[in-house]
Amino acid sequence: MTTAPLNGGKRRRKRRGEQTVVPDAEFTSYYGKPILNTPEWKPLNIGGYFFLGGLAGAGSLLAAGATATQRPVMARSMKITSTVAIAGSAAALIHDLGKPARFANMLRVLKPTSPMSVGSWLLAAYGPLAGAAAVSDLTGVLPRAGHAATAGAALLGPAVATYTAVLASDTAAPAWHDGYRELPFVFAGSATAAAAGTALLTAPLRENRPARHAALFGAGLEAAATHRLESRLGIVAETYRKGLAGRLMRSAKVLTAAGALAGAAAGGRNRGLAAMSGAALLAGSVCTRLGVFHAGRAALADPKYTVVPQRERLRAREAAQATMATPSTDHNHAPPTEPT
Amino acid sequence: MAAADGTGTAAAGGTGTREVTATVERMGFFTDTSVCIGCKACEVACKEWNAIPEDGMELTGMSYDNTQGLGASTWRHVAFIEQSKPVVPKEHPGQHQHQGDGAQSPQGEGPQDDADVFALAAQGSGSSELRWLMSSDVCKHCTHAACLDVCPTGSLFRTEFGTVVVQEDICNGCGYCVPACPYGVIEQRPDDGRAFKCTLCYDRLGEGQTPACAKACPTESIQYGPLDELRERAADRVEELHRAGVPDARLYGHDPDDGVGGDGAFFLLLDEPEVYGLPPDPVVTTRDLPAMWKQAGAAALTLLGGLAAAFATSGKPKTTRGSFTRRRP
Repeated sequence: MTTAPLNGGKRRRKRRGEQTVVPDAEFTSYYGKPILNTPEWKPLNIGGYFFLGGLAGAGSLLAAGATATQRPVMARSMKITSTVAIAGSAAALIHDLGKPARFANMLRVLKPTSPMSVGSWLLAAYGPLAGAAAVSDLTGVLPRAGHAATAGAALLGPAVATYTAVLASDTAAPAWHDGYRELPFVFAGSATAAAAGTALLTAPLRENRPARHAALFGAGLEAAATHRLESRLGIVAETYRKGLAGRLMRSAKVLTAAGALAGAAAGGRNRGLAAMSGAALLAGSVCTRLGVFHAGRAALADPKYTVVPQRERLRAREAAQATMATPSTDHNHAPPTEPT
Repeated sequence: MAAADGTGTAAAGGTGTREVTATVERMGFFTDTSVCIGCKACEVACKEWNAIPEDGMELTGMSYDNTQGLGASTWRHVAFIEQSKPVVPKEHPGQHQHQGDGAQSPQGEGPQDDADVFALAAQGSGSSELRWLMSSDVCKHCTHAACLDVCPTGSLFRTEFGTVVVQEDICNGCGYCVPACPYGVIEQRPDDGRAFKCTLCYDRLGEGQTPACAKACPTESIQYGPLDELRERAADRVEELHRAGVPDARLYGHDPDDGVGGDGAFFLLLDEPEVYGLPPDPVVTTRDLPAMWKQAGAAALTLLGGLAAAFATSGKPKTTRGSFTRRRP
């Protein structure tokens, strides 16, 4: 048994002889071992899956908008981007399974209780639509069907961009589960920033105005949602601020804000600046997705993030119950002590 | 209902009886850690019966625990906790009694009248004696099992005994069940990628046999049987321990109203759950899934609205170059 101060790395701090009431900032664990298990997910596979899915989904919306408003270069580049991104996203997922043949089992059933099952079917519907839209645009074959596919991909796009947030939230990892209210908005904002970034990179100045507006919207949405997430999570918010996840989230903030603002200020006049702001937005989105991934991992690996919020929840519930009746089995909360 | 009596008697009457097992009572484990002696017979029996590969050969320095926790290749794990904590708190002076007294008379054979010996022994070491907690951990076979809910392939399923089992030929190694489990039980094997965990000896249950760990347990710390019966037995045991002056005794995972709807494998503990590496208030993550989808839907609409606004505020491109594309209907 180990008692650890909440804010320090010293897990085996000696408390010999102290018989004081345990301060709130202490928790108990089994030799500091994690309570939760961590999956064999490779950061690039799963972070990449989040990023590429978002880029594809929001990209399809930009493609449809560009098609509708006669911005042919942007429309074509976004259709190609979405197709390549969704293929890459599927490849990352399949690569993470270890044996590619196993992917077939993913489409064995449709389970509404499993976001991964729902997501697999969503990708199975969205992928061909995005591909058809791109192929039709590139070859000029079946233009009507191409437009229908563009519209269809745009309809499914927002779902493709945000369902990965549910995928992460529907776990016991406190950083992901507890953030289920904000994560879809973080992902929607990050997806928009990535797609707008690609449009800024590829579209001519004449066409890129919606991309600049979209970048501002995406960056603003992501920043607001991330801020809310971190201010609501209590101690679990540490996982988004500390270590690798913290560095990634801070980098994301700087890159995304810089990309969106630079794009808005000069992206309409200078092709080079537009491309650079686009690249910054893309890099920012990658950092956000990897940051969220590593925050979840950090939360899985430290028993503190499991025990402390659950203890608080229990205390609150017990306090509520105490008003109704006096508990008969009030356990003696002796201070945790060190193994000898 | 031969398969349900939990005493290891084989199902009588051939195939007809086998059909009846589809409607058997829910079976489970009650692990009474107050009588665990840390022999690890359960770990060994589990390994042997289920042919589980080696799970690391290291000396951890964590008391006698070298398996460290449940995982893909550790389906029973005996925890050892050394505490310099009085066995009996000071508020119960006259009732000094060794916490392991249950081992003297397992399964509650009436009141403990022979407590004087232990009282004398306890007096010798005063109030700062060492106590050594041992507990055999296992998959909880939750009523609301997150691993089963999130599995995208249907590989994880609920058996006729109410237990949760992985079908290894269907598992595709996505690993989603691993972070979903609120207890940190199920895990992927690194070389293989697929997920593994306790099956509550599904192959033995079908034959009316007791699971290997319970069969091997020499102190009946691990008890197997119909869940309702185990819950009654556990409630009696806690009361007995409270009467005997062990107020720390408490049940864990027995309550059908808890965050996972109660565990199919529950425990009698002598300290807070986190001391044993168990979460104090686990909740099945899918309880919030409808709310999660609602949030994702709202975020998707926000995305749609935001991008529509981005185009609406941008007007037409500065110079149009003919009708390269047509407006979509």
